[in-house]
Amino acid sequence: MSMFHLLGRNILNNIQGVGQATIMLAQALIGKPQPRKMLPLLIRQLYVVGVQSMLIIIISGLFIGMVLGLQGYTILVDFGAEQALGPMVALSLLRELGPVVTALLFAGRAGSALTAEIGLMRATEQLSSLEMMAVDPLRRVIAPRFWAGVISMPLLALMFNAVGIYGGFMVGVEWLGVDDGAFWSVMQSSVHWQDDVMNGVIKSLVFAVVVTWIALFKGYTATPTSPGISAATTQTVVYSSLAVLGLDFVLTAIMFG
Amino acid sequence: MGNLVEIKDVYFNRGERSIYEGVSLVIPRGKITGVLGPSGSGKTTLLRLIGAQLKAHRGEVLFGGQDMAKLGRSALYETRKRMSMLFQSGALFSEMSVFENVAFPLREHTKLPENIIQTIVKMKLESVGLRGAGGMAPSELSGGMARRAALARSIVLDPEMIMYDEPFAGQDPISMGMLVKLIDELNATLGLTSIVVSHDVKEVMSISDHLIVMANKKIVGEGTPQELRENGSELVQQFLTGAPDGPVPFHYQAKPYHADLLGAKP
Repeated sequence: MSMFHLLGRNILNNIQGVGQATIMLAQALIGKPQPRKMLPLLIRQLYVVGVQSMLIIIISGLFIGMVLGLQGYTILVDFGAEQALGPMVALSLLRELGPVVTALLFAGRAGSALTAEIGLMRATEQLSSLEMMAVDPLRRVIAPRFWAGVISMPLLALMFNAVGIYGGFMVGVEWLGVDDGAFWSVMQSSVHWQDDVMNGVIKSLVFAVVVTWIALFKGYTATPTSPGISAATTQTVVYSSLAVLGLDFVLTAIMFG
Repeated sequence: MGNLVEIKDVYFNRGERSIYEGVSLVIPRGKITGVLGPSGSGKTTLLRLIGAQLKAHRGEVLFGGQDMAKLGRSALYETRKRMSMLFQSGALFSEMSVFENVAFPLREHTKLPENIIQTIVKMKLESVGLRGAGGMAPSELSGGMARRAALARSIVLDPEMIMYDEPFAGQDPISMGMLVKLIDELNATLGLTSIVVSHDVKEVMSISDHLIVMANKKIVGEGTPQELRENGSELVQQFLTGAPDGPVPFHYQAKPYHADLLGAKP
């Protein structure tokens, strides 16, 4: 087969995959609302996807904030501008690092777990069993996990930002001696609710949809064997990370360009 | 009584590979139908076609006179409530206890009060001998117990038909005996129609009223156990007796042996 054939087949396969993923998500989300059944499932998934990701998010946020504080101070002090450390840490986190790093960590922690769980449900015929019990696996399995991801990730990003800012404060103010009042007041006057905080939340929401969607689709269509599930899990992390980084550029260009 | 399932001139492929070429068969209502055949002959595919988890490329699969491939999504799900399937692995939900697994279809499809659900589940668990295991997790069950628990879940909505996919595979003789007894008794007492797909010729023949042997993309033998024993087809006899060589050859197709040994390139 020629190189052009292979290239063409790959492109067609990718387009087909996007179409399949869209149909899967539409079938999972469009339908008569069933709050009595869905709410307990959603709460359980919020715990699995969100609460269980909190520890890694908080620890990572703290360290990244501390590094920002340290790096920022060493650069700013040369210009006598160490009072600008607060806004530097806060804006870096709110606009970029918070949403992006949270999404990457979420893809590695919760996304891979979602893919493996659903892939294993496919391999052990639990999804087929649901279908034969006249229960739609897309509504029962995919939908609550999708909403849990979409709700969790922006909240996790906000936690990441808050802890990161505190990490920057600890290093900058407590350790390196930046003025406490200047740190907070300059930050307060430089950070804007709509431009910085809300744009970060919107970014995080977009990343949440993309990462959770990729994770669920890869799990749902995983080949039901050990190598198949392993490959699907790897693909989830790789595709999600690339999608997050690519989309981050697009969103940044739209929001701040 | 008539036929509950009718399969008419079905063709089905998996990718490039043809599985069925013009298969026609009937599943009589109220009977146990055993489906036998070598590995890869499409026995499990048959069950998935009946449940409309797969769609035939040509031909019709009728359940209770309805063409399963032509049903809309909600009509298909309504029809599936009339049938049930016991999967080879049991397919119990790993995050639920045995009791909750059995209660699951009731909670999904009925608005019965909790005390009635509790009673029904206990009755179904009792019928498979697992009332005492309701609190256990699926991971704590042996293979035979998992299949019995899955069987309790299969009958909890009182379906018209149960499809068993390799119910005896990997079971010890005691578990196998229990499952044979359960399938036979449940079919008789609940007035079910059962389809049992299996390699275990002796067990299937002991409980089946009607048998179908599939091979080479077609039905190669059909009838009562006695009729099948008297069937003149070498293929059917090879399968029933487990002969290692015959129409299904011991050797996989290859180039001549001497040419291979004398170093011809593969």
